[in-house]
Amino acid sequence: MKKISLICLSCMLVAGIQAQDMTPLVQKVRAKIEQVKDYVAVGTMKTDVSFIKAPIGKVKVYFKKPDLFSIKKEGGISLLPKGGVSINMSSLMATTSFVALSAGEAVVDGIKTRVVKLLPMNENSEVILTTLYIQEATLLVLKAVTSTRENGTYEMTMQYGAYQQYGLPDKVIFSFNTKDYKLPKGITLEFEEDTKPLTEAEKIKNRKGRVEINYSSYTINQGLTDAVFKK
Amino acid sequence: MWTLFQIEVYKIFRRPRTYIAFAAITGLIGIIQFGLKLDGAQYVEFMMRDITSSITIEGNILNGYQVCYIVLQVLLVHVPLLIALVAADMISGEANMGTLRLLLTKPISRDAFLVAKFMATMVYTLLLLIWLAILALFLNMLIFGTDDLFLLKSSYVVLLRENDIFWRYCGAFAFAALAMSTVAALGFLLSLFANNSIGPIVATMSIIVFLTILSTLNIPLFSYVKPYLFTTHMIGWKEFFDIKVNASNEALSGTIQHPMRIVQSALVLLAHIVLFLLISIWVFRKKDILS
Amino acid sequence: MQPLVKITALTKQFGHLTAVDHLSFSVEPASVYGFLGQNGAGKSTTIRMLTGLIMPSSGEIEIFGLSLAKHKKEILKQIGAVIEKPDVYQYLSAYDNLQLFARLSGIRPTRVSLMDQLAQVGLADRAKDKVAGFSQGMKQRLGIAIALVHQPQLIILDEPTNGLDPQGIADIRHLIIHLRTELKKTVIVSSHLLSEIEQVATQLLIIHKGKKVKEGNASELFDPAQTVVQLSTEQNETAWAVLQASSWQPYLQRITPEGIILKVDRRQIPALHQSLVHLQIPLISLQPRHSLEDYFLQVTTPGYVDTLSN
Repeated sequence: MKKISLICLSCMLVAGIQAQDMTPLVQKVRAKIEQVKDYVAVGTMKTDVSFIKAPIGKVKVYFKKPDLFSIKKEGGISLLPKGGVSINMSSLMATTSFVALSAGEAVVDGIKTRVVKLLPMNENSEVILTTLYIQEATLLVLKAVTSTRENGTYEMTMQYGAYQQYGLPDKVIFSFNTKDYKLPKGITLEFEEDTKPLTEAEKIKNRKGRVEINYSSYTINQGLTDAVFKK
Repeated sequence: MWTLFQIEVYKIFRRPRTYIAFAAITGLIGIIQFGLKLDGAQYVEFMMRDITSSITIEGNILNGYQVCYIVLQVLLVHVPLLIALVAADMISGEANMGTLRLLLTKPISRDAFLVAKFMATMVYTLLLLIWLAILALFLNMLIFGTDDLFLLKSSYVVLLRENDIFWRYCGAFAFAALAMSTVAALGFLLSLFANNSIGPIVATMSIIVFLTILSTLNIPLFSYVKPYLFTTHMIGWKEFFDIKVNASNEALSGTIQHPMRIVQSALVLLAHIVLFLLISIWVFRKKDILS
Repeated sequence: MQPLVKITALTKQFGHLTAVDHLSFSVEPASVYGFLGQNGAGKSTTIRMLTGLIMPSSGEIEIFGLSLAKHKKEILKQIGAVIEKPDVYQYLSAYDNLQLFARLSGIRPTRVSLMDQLAQVGLADRAKDKVAGFSQGMKQRLGIAIALVHQPQLIILDEPTNGLDPQGIADIRHLIIHLRTELKKTVIVSSHLLSEIEQVATQLLIIHKGKKVKEGNASELFDPAQTVVQLSTEQNETAWAVLQASSWQPYLQRITPEGIILKVDRRQIPALHQSLVHLQIPLISLQPRHSLEDYFLQVTTPGYVDTLSN
């Protein structure tokens, strides 16, 4: 009985200590990510917002340390959640001044993960809170939920494949809140009531937008000038 | 018949009045192009202000395809008035000039004469639209370049890929030709009932304006008659710019959301053209030429 | 000889108005048929029915022995017409107008033949000018060129002298005579003025309110034995008494406020004049006119005082 109580206590203690500081885990994840100084990735992007009808488009994604990030469509028009896409794994962790707290464990896509709350120390930071779901064995972030001051809450889900040793995902899904969209018919010069037919799935996730990027290849650490990030 | 048709086309294009419409279209498009070239960014910002609160749009929105859409949206409401200028003058103008009685003392059948004139009116309408296409589409493609087309609809937005647009414009212009031909056929019919051109021109314009207002007003009472008004179907060209999505909300290139609406509207317009022509022939057969 | 044009009981009603009322007449080949009547008498309506512009309410029109209702196209090929004003396309040149209407008449004329036609009406030097700048007379001449370009058998001229100056009127007169005598064409010409038609018409028809009033051979209608003379003197009553007592008594018709009316043979007029001098009647004027003119004026002019005492 005493033995059992001791084990329990030590478990609680361990948990308690971990709850107070997950910085070492985050640092490890960060170290893995920081192997990549820059990359150019090729992939496809799908915008899934209830009031947007857009086809899948080819994109090129550019990244350079510490926080230069850009999604470019070759000559096309891209629709992205406001301010959302510039938030990527690297930029989330670019800042060193944060408090990392454990918030238990969770299962993401059938994989057990450690939930870490990341609180920026800087009070003026755009990001208020980030919750990371980290697979401890591989040091990969499977999910990140970020609350911002201006642009609401974003959710990123990542799936890894060929580039997981660099911490680079094969697939990223951004979820974000959207506002209602409606234009008077007088402006669009339409006569007929023309609401876009909603699928059942859309009705459920109404007002929730998604941007899905599927990366097919990365070119890593080949050197990038800052010029490519200028608009 | 062929000779008659040739002569009618020849007459149309020898008249100064014919070129008013071409000049008007050139002028209007020129002004829009000038304005957008100069101040396009602000226009786009204004146009997109509702959507940019939650979505960032990146890329060359104001490209040739977009400008063409803007031009069509604005002009296709007014081109009917320009078409009325010539179509509603086809018979009444001849009556006014006094040439109708000279023409009809020639050994030609009234039916053949009327059909030739009608066909010449259609040629004029088509050429006006081709001119519109040259200026609004091809010239804008040259000036503003081509890119994806981002369109705001009343309850959603559509993004069309660059390689999925040109055919839609071809369809839209073909449909617009049908819509404008309906206007021409109406003007043509009305031109039978007067010995001066002003009356039928004003009557045609008034009918178009009146019916367009009925088509636009969202009053439940009018919604019952709307499907029967040809003006409701005249904007069917816009259907070419709506795209289907699959279950995961992914737009499918090369599709049209409501292809049957286009077919239906086209049939309604075609039926109007045939009806107007048949009434014209019937009226003209019995008409006493008193001018 | 079969008539070239045969009209039987032709009637046209516009609503309640009967514009042409059971009109029948026929036109012989190689004649000039004068069609007389006041404005609104039904001349234009009849002529428009002859050319297929107006559908008759009832009655028959036969031209070249064919029914107009059934063979309009064949008949119109052989007709050249100027109806009312000679209106052509103002924005085209004289040459372009002529060519256009020639093609509509079913012929493909050469440039030479078109220029030749324009030369005949004196417009060769204005061939390339837009019609908008033409005078009424020039337009009329172009209208006639258009009517004749396909060499029709029957030429219909509706009020051809309207708006023309005296020279233009004379030109039209000569043209009509030329068409009949030299080219053996048949001409139907309408007018509201007898003076224009009497010199060219071989046959005459007077219509009033859509009805035939008088029809006949010009030589019959203009019978010199039926010449009416109006005398105006200082004292008409005295003169009347003197003439009653003279050998002219059988010719006296009546006395009006304007003067004394006699009906004599045209050849007797010089003798009448001598007698008046001899009888010491102070003459102011002596106006001979044939009976048709009075007749025409009487039936066609509202309020016309009958100066004939038939």
